[in-house]
Amino acid sequence: MNEFDESAPTVVKRFMYVNRRAPYGTIYALECLEVVLVAAAFDQDVSVVFLDDGVCQLKKNQDTTGIGMKNFSKTYGALDDYDVEKIYVEKESLAARGLTADDLVIPVEVLAADDLREVMAQQDVVISF
Amino acid sequence: MLHLINKSPFERNALDSCLRMAKSGSAILLIEDGVYAALAKAAHAEKIIRRMGDCSFYVLGPDVAARGLSDAPLIEGIDVIDYEGFVDMVAEHDATQSWL
Repeated sequence: MNEFDESAPTVVKRFMYVNRRAPYGTIYALECLEVVLVAAAFDQDVSVVFLDDGVCQLKKNQDTTGIGMKNFSKTYGALDDYDVEKIYVEKESLAARGLTADDLVIPVEVLAADDLREVMAQQDVVISF
Repeated sequence: MLHLINKSPFERNALDSCLRMAKSGSAILLIEDGVYAALAKAAHAEKIIRRMGDCSFYVLGPDVAARGLSDAPLIEGIDVIDYEGFVDMVAEHDATQSWL
């Protein structure tokens, strides 16, 4: 069989990207977003998780004109266009920062740690930023 | 002494160490990811409120706006300053300590 035979069964793995850093203070948040958008092109089962300070990446009304950096919070809206639809936010991390799902730039699934732990355990690959 | 905090209180203990070491009369300025410490409804607010009486607290406005916190309630009594105010504060104090 030709190795490029398109009828050959494709292996789909479950990839989870875990965001734990705030935006702008470090480059992790932007790097993860770019990796997720690239990875989305490979037709894998992708999920993105925001916990700890990672939830701050999704805060609405970011305005970076005063700090001279690119506001990439609007790019999270592109995840849906790339068919990345499994976006989870940890409930406890939001609460610790006084935030709710209404404060976020995109619709997400808010999960308590007890439930998020189960989703995480089902992954083939977990990549942490 | 002017103390600068640029790390999130959720990720590092810079704020805790600063509050432990800061003498009465100190000025404490939250910048970059340090601005998350200024959120009124966040878990760390109480630590700052406890020192409001003997220290003065400031937060850098452009860093607040960048993180989408302009519409979020900040701890009452924290002064929001701009870059010019930041420069003035550094000039006014005889020493600055950055809690990296």
